[in-house]
Amino acid sequence: MSILVIAEHDNSSLKQATQSVVAAAKAIGGDVDVLVAGENCGGVAEAAAKVDGVNKVLVADNAAYGHFLAENLSELVAEAGKGYSHILAAAGTTGKDFMPRVAALLDVAQISDIIRVESEDTFVRPIYAGNAIATVKSSDSVKVITVRPTAFDAVPAEGGSAAVEALDTVKDAGLSSFVGEEKAESDRPDLASAGIVISGGRGMQNGDNFKMLEEVADVLGAAVGASRAAVDAGFVPNDMQVGQTGKIVAPQLYIAVGISGAIQHLAGMSDSKVIVAINKDEEAPIFQVADYGLVADLFEAVPQLKEELQK
Amino acid sequence: MKVLVAVKRVIDYNVKVRVKPDNTGVDLANVKMAMNPFCEIAVEEAVRLKEKGVATEIVVVSIGPKAAQEQIRTALALGADRGIHIETEEEVQSLEAAKLLKSVVEKEEPKLVILGKQSIDSDNNQTGQMLAALTGMGQGTFASEVVVDGEKVNVTREVDGGLMTVSLNLPAVVTTDLRLNEPRYASLPNIMKAKKKPLEAISPADLGVEIAPRLSTLKVEAPAARQAGIKVADVAELVDKLKNEAKVI
Ligand SMILES: Cc1cc2nc3c(=O)[nH]c(=O)nc-3n(C[C@H](O)[C@H](O)[C@H](O)COP(=O)(O)OP(=O)(O)OC[C@H]3O[C@@H](n4cnc5c(N)ncnc54)[C@H](O)[C@@H]3O)c2cc1C
Repeated sequence: MSILVIAEHDNSSLKQATQSVVAAAKAIGGDVDVLVAGENCGGVAEAAAKVDGVNKVLVADNAAYGHFLAENLSELVAEAGKGYSHILAAAGTTGKDFMPRVAALLDVAQISDIIRVESEDTFVRPIYAGNAIATVKSSDSVKVITVRPTAFDAVPAEGGSAAVEALDTVKDAGLSSFVGEEKAESDRPDLASAGIVISGGRGMQNGDNFKMLEEVADVLGAAVGASRAAVDAGFVPNDMQVGQTGKIVAPQLYIAVGISGAIQHLAGMSDSKVIVAINKDEEAPIFQVADYGLVADLFEAVPQLKEELQK
Repeated sequence: MKVLVAVKRVIDYNVKVRVKPDNTGVDLANVKMAMNPFCEIAVEEAVRLKEKGVATEIVVVSIGPKAAQEQIRTALALGADRGIHIETEEEVQSLEAAKLLKSVVEKEEPKLVILGKQSIDSDNNQTGQMLAALTGMGQGTFASEVVVDGEKVNVTREVDGGLMTVSLNLPAVVTTDLRLNEPRYASLPNIMKAKKKPLEAISPADLGVEIAPRLSTLKVEAPAARQAGIKVADVAELVDKLKNEAKVI
């Protein structure tokens, strides 16, 4: 068996999710190679070569892959993936975009968002917003899999010394082009991998009030997240949505502020180690999953929390 | 231009899902079913394109049991013109769904195909991308804005880092995210009118597609339940617990 992991990165740094995918690959067993596809991504390839347990790094460095367009990436991966028994990528928006396309090009099924490896062909994944956990077995010769990074402990970033090999096949499908992007700039940790997350919901009332959460986040070194209702209402940008159809987080500490605890929200955070809920409604379903619940008006409790933490 | 919209019949998102005691799946007997919420957004987007004069005809297609015709009728009531029902009682996985839709695309030749980004039952997030690959089209997944411009479509996508806009050649596939639009409700007169709109029923065999699932579900279990914890009296107690009991700060 040999496994090809597609690196998650932004052309300048390797995302920690990649190390979690390598961990999933190691749970399957066999040699683990990593493909870094991007533009001016040599530094990422070097970082990938140092990841513990990586056998070989393939680099496809070309403008065609600079913005991770699925049409181009999928053709590259379908070709570079020949001979591998498994092709794995993180279940982020990039992996979710190009991996099903890879699977279709190879005429195989994709197994989405796995949280456990049972054997080389059997995997565990949540369905119905995490209300059910399915064990699925694949009969395909090549397994195309996206991995939920929070479900696998990242392998160390250092310790490996893999050879780096350049791939010079250029796949430009000519179907799509990059127009622009609006990146959410923040000095806070990445939501998906932060150790502490504080999220706000509809109870925050507006975007300005999220500053209260940001101040607490800065004391704790936390990332700030949100419920769908807060994003839909325009309080905060879409990349902050935690849940079934947003980001999946599993920090050491998750603090839900003014969030009711709808099943779609819980699907994105219920694997957190410790959950705190601050809500003025003592019947709110979020309290059913919270380790520590505080029934209080958030406009009083959140400033107090900041003060208490600074003591 | 013609727009094809694919919709799926799924458990209503408000229903509390229960795993069957024999662990073969979830209990769907007598539960409320509905159109997948992301598919509603797909229908709404097509209808808005028609209202803007960009789309000329909206064809809605659904794969599933007889009862899936209800969801097709709903789409017709919302403004789709014509329905195609690919009827099967079998479980259809994403790759097969994409192959079935590909045959419909070949027959109908739409300029734009709009699907939901994921269905809230299997949570796979695959079919649109697979369809795009099989038909050789570009894809604008997780769309929060769709602007048709001549022979191209610009799609703004909700991605992990924020928003990203791509330009795709038409024909193209778009999959919807939550912020694309807010679906309308069907009015009573439109529900009545929808009953008279054409709805063609065909089988996977008619399309030359064999249903042969690659994945078999060995078991379905309920997730490990989280125990509810304690209520703290005030912020001071909360911080004390986090520091000294949970030791997470
Ligand atoms: C297809 C689909 C996908 C979805 N995906 C997601 C997803 O990925 N993520 C997600 O989060 N949701 C998702 N949802 C939406 C989900 O069903 C809920 O509607 C949403 O999570 C509710 O957000 P909320 O808890 O912020 O708002 P509400 O449910 O309105 O709760 C607000 C809470 O704030 C409390 N509150 C108000 N004022 C105060 C105050 N002053 N002090 C303290 N507490 C206060 C209230 O008591 C209440 O409990 C999805 C829904 C659908 C249909």
